[in-house]
Amino acid sequence: MWIYEKKLQYPVRVSKCDPRMARFLIEQYGGADGELSAALRYLNQRYSLPDKVIGLLTDIGTEEFAHLEMIATMVYKLTKDATPEQLEEAGLGPHYVNHDRALFYENAAGVPWTASYIQAKGDPIADLYEDIAAEEKARATYQWLIDMTDDVDLQDSLKFLREREIVHSLRFKEAVEILKEEQGKKKFF
Amino acid sequence: MLLHHTPYKTYEPFIGPFDPCPPIKVKAYSTPPNLYIQFQPPGWEQFSPAEALKRGTLWPALYSPYDPKYMLNPGGMGGKEGKR
Amino acid sequence: MTKKPDEKYYKLLQELQELDFVLVELTLYLDTHPNDLEAIKQFNQFAQKRQQKARAFELEYGPLLQFGHSFSRYPWEWKEAPWPWQV
Ligand SMILES: [Fe+2]
Repeated sequence: MWIYEKKLQYPVRVSKCDPRMARFLIEQYGGADGELSAALRYLNQRYSLPDKVIGLLTDIGTEEFAHLEMIATMVYKLTKDATPEQLEEAGLGPHYVNHDRALFYENAAGVPWTASYIQAKGDPIADLYEDIAAEEKARATYQWLIDMTDDVDLQDSLKFLREREIVHSLRFKEAVEILKEEQGKKKFF
Repeated sequence: MLLHHTPYKTYEPFIGPFDPCPPIKVKAYSTPPNLYIQFQPPGWEQFSPAEALKRGTLWPALYSPYDPKYMLNPGGMGGKEGKR
Repeated sequence: MTKKPDEKYYKLLQELQELDFVLVELTLYLDTHPNDLEAIKQFNQFAQKRQQKARAFELEYGPLLQFGHSFSRYPWEWKEAPWPWQV
């Protein structure tokens, strides 16, 4: 089971009302390489992986939900008191007529989240390679998001999230090393 | 133990004679430290807890800077040609 | 009643986030390095520190965890704002 903790993993501050940026950030909420995809991918793959790496997928999958909450917090703060006019100017007019300011699992172009974003092959190497690729794609998305804003507070939180993808990517790579390991060989390089 | 690796690499995209936008002469991409590590050895130097949270990792060797100003203009100095 | 967020709230929260972040990093590391005794010692030491810090935070600002992992005073404190995205 999971226990909710009433705090963010990392403090999220935004320094201006910027619904345009909220629209871009939704990519990491309900997009292909976003945090929802990441969490659901790992927490689903873990049922058919060797015991040695189930702990890692469980823990990274759980951390991804903390990241999802950070993205939600950014979007919430960036749109909370924006007027319908401001939302429309930011390209969120279609979102507003369907959802008001509610968050929705969609990407930056408004395409709803779909399970076909994530894969589970049952082959541990194929699944872990997908996970490594997913982390690198999420890292790249964070870079392009950082490029799109000059809000240093927002950049700060996005840089934290980008760095987490790097650490996750390394851990998945180590998981591959563990699974491919020959008896009695050393794994540090 | 760990060689120092540069966090970015660059390349020069081909400039065609009929490209309508002002050419980007140098493009950069990020090459974070995880690319150079196959398996983290034990006992690495750590950040303090406050610094670790700020950086997003406990280990300086895993920290990867990202500077949008550089990424958008890796050709550096003079001119706006590197801007996207 | 629990207190509304003040300067001390943000300070304690930040300190807890710092300790918890070290624990997240050590957790993922230990998942692939289960035989690193020094890291396990550090993990246990930080687990203890985070318990004390969380207790101090909860005494002033209410429960952090649900389903019996935190205590409640009267009236039921869990449902009180602020929620994490509001502060
Ligand atoms: Fe991740």
